[in-house]
Amino acid sequence: MSPALMRVLRVVVLLSAVRGAPLATVTLPPVILEPVPLEPVPVPSEPVRVDSGADQNISIPINTEQQQQQQQQVSLDVDVMLTGELNPNHYPARRAAQVVLHHLNTRYGSPYWWGALRQVHKATAEALGDSGRKYSLEVTLQDQISGTKETCTAEVVFPGGPAGGPPQVTTSYEGKSEINTQAQEEALYNQYNTSQNLLSGHNLPDSYGHVAPGMEPFWHLGGVASSFVMLKESSENTLYNMAQVVSVTQLATENNQLRFNYDVLLHEMVSQEIIHWKLLASWSPQEGVKASQMELLPKCHHCEPPQEH
Amino acid sequence: MMLALVGMLLLQMGAATRAIHDYNVYHPYTEIDSWMTGILIDNPDIVSIERYGQTYEKRDINLLRIGERTGAMKKVAWMDCGIHAREWISPAFCQYFIKQILQEYRVHGSRMAAMMKEMDFYVTPVLNVDGYIYSWLNGTRLWRKNRSPGTGSCSCYGTDLNRNFNVTWGTIGVSTNCCSETYGGTAALSSPEAASVTRYLEQRKADVLLFLTIHSYGQLILVPYGNPNLTAPNYGQLMKVGLAAAAEMKKVHGMSYRVGTSPDILYPNSGSSRDWARLAGIPYSFTFELRDNGTFGFELPEEQIQPACEEAYSGAMHIINHVHREQFNAAVSVATASLLGVLLATCVTVANNAF
Repeated sequence: MSPALMRVLRVVVLLSAVRGAPLATVTLPPVILEPVPLEPVPVPSEPVRVDSGADQNISIPINTEQQQQQQQQVSLDVDVMLTGELNPNHYPARRAAQVVLHHLNTRYGSPYWWGALRQVHKATAEALGDSGRKYSLEVTLQDQISGTKETCTAEVVFPGGPAGGPPQVTTSYEGKSEINTQAQEEALYNQYNTSQNLLSGHNLPDSYGHVAPGMEPFWHLGGVASSFVMLKESSENTLYNMAQVVSVTQLATENNQLRFNYDVLLHEMVSQEIIHWKLLASWSPQEGVKASQMELLPKCHHCEPPQEH
Repeated sequence: MMLALVGMLLLQMGAATRAIHDYNVYHPYTEIDSWMTGILIDNPDIVSIERYGQTYEKRDINLLRIGERTGAMKKVAWMDCGIHAREWISPAFCQYFIKQILQEYRVHGSRMAAMMKEMDFYVTPVLNVDGYIYSWLNGTRLWRKNRSPGTGSCSCYGTDLNRNFNVTWGTIGVSTNCCSETYGGTAALSSPEAASVTRYLEQRKADVLLFLTIHSYGQLILVPYGNPNLTAPNYGQLMKVGLAAAAEMKKVHGMSYRVGTSPDILYPNSGSSRDWARLAGIPYSFTFELRDNGTFGFELPEEQIQPACEEAYSGAMHIINHVHREQFNAAVSVATASLLGVLLATCVTVANNAF
């Protein structure tokens, strides 16, 4: 019996055993200072609805320890995977829309263009064969640098099945229309296309949210390059943002591409985990941004910093 | 009389010589602690500090109690900040909120002055003190949980305080792995921080009108419950007030805040403080997720502290005003209606007698 099914059965048993307490209670059992047993869960009369097996587990990249963590995520398969018209403010549409933004960043991002989701206007979902799912969306995105907004439509396919795989995205977006970043990009490229004084930086932003003005383009570039990782790691159970560039170190230019080693922390909203990735970002105004050598670093439990005394 | 005058002069001098607290930067815990003492010293007539618990590392958990002293037990509006260590804008907001309400109180005839006669504000600037302090150390800025050690074979630190309250504890959106960011603890209320809140409010819950817990990021107003199997009896009302609050917030700086239950707009979860408050009978219970939407995330720039606090304040005050009006003006309107009824009856009688 699959672990997912086992969990469902345990939940159904638990819920059916503790039926009955009214919802709108004003009085509570007396305060107990020691740990208390599970409170009775009032349940509606309709049965717990079950999906075919995709539960609320986050798809943390495969790594033994994190695999264990994933399996210990306690979840109830109570959500039917919704199809048809979706509420654009609810999380299924928002998560799919976030994937669209990661895709757009991989295609159009640069040190001077870094897209973010502003609003979802419409969303529908449909089930595909092999338990894949397709979302059709209308979203407004915003360049986080200039603030320019655009609306476009998009389709996101989350492949199903045990192999999984990254989501596939197509959009009606045709490229940045208003703000012309070409001059800035070329200036930056020329400034750093040198083997001397290779750039390096760390903690972008710092603890106080500050990024030195000269480092901002490399913070943006880190965000865009991280979208390559976040895109391939995304599923219907995740929502990724880049939390911080831990470090950026420039390497010698190769094939006319500026190259940077990035060490980044990603924030996955559903699990609330901070996930550490390394990657190599290459960029030129002509080629845009590419990410390679993407490597997950394990969550370091035993490197506690020295305690403050 | 002379003594009182001298006393007041000394107070003023004390206030003037103490460094002005900058509300537009993030403060380490020791500075927040000193600031609380300063607030007390500057407003001894309406402020008191209550220590209502201890953290795992044995630090005090304090709240500021703000309101006119009437001798009777008054209705309460509760706010807590800093339950998750890395959400630094949250304690910053509690500091701003306290500064604002005190400022407004001092304006003669203001609405706040009237409210403070009838209500007390209980504000905890930092609930997860150990975690907050830990997030100020080198390399651990993004810490979330408290600092209780792992148990058994699990050696990681920290319980997610917002998964540790005893409402459908351990059922959904929570991990049993103590290394996870959403580890719910060994049992409901196993963390001293969460237990402090419930122990303190359990005795007073009949008088608590509002429970506001402040987080970041995501720009959301969350209403109970986090478990999709539970529906709050006043869900419609919570949504109405929440949506109105979000509309007010948008007027300040144009920022959109989405409103809904956590399972609808964010993710299902169990054991949250907001859920505990609603199930305890506190009618209005909300989680605020402040700026931003992920650009800076937990590391919101200090330049954004003021605008973030201004919009959050307008949202919080909308809810507070609604709750206050519902509780206190309802009594007034009933009395007014009766009076009008009597007057009308009298007029009709007089009119009838005139003809």
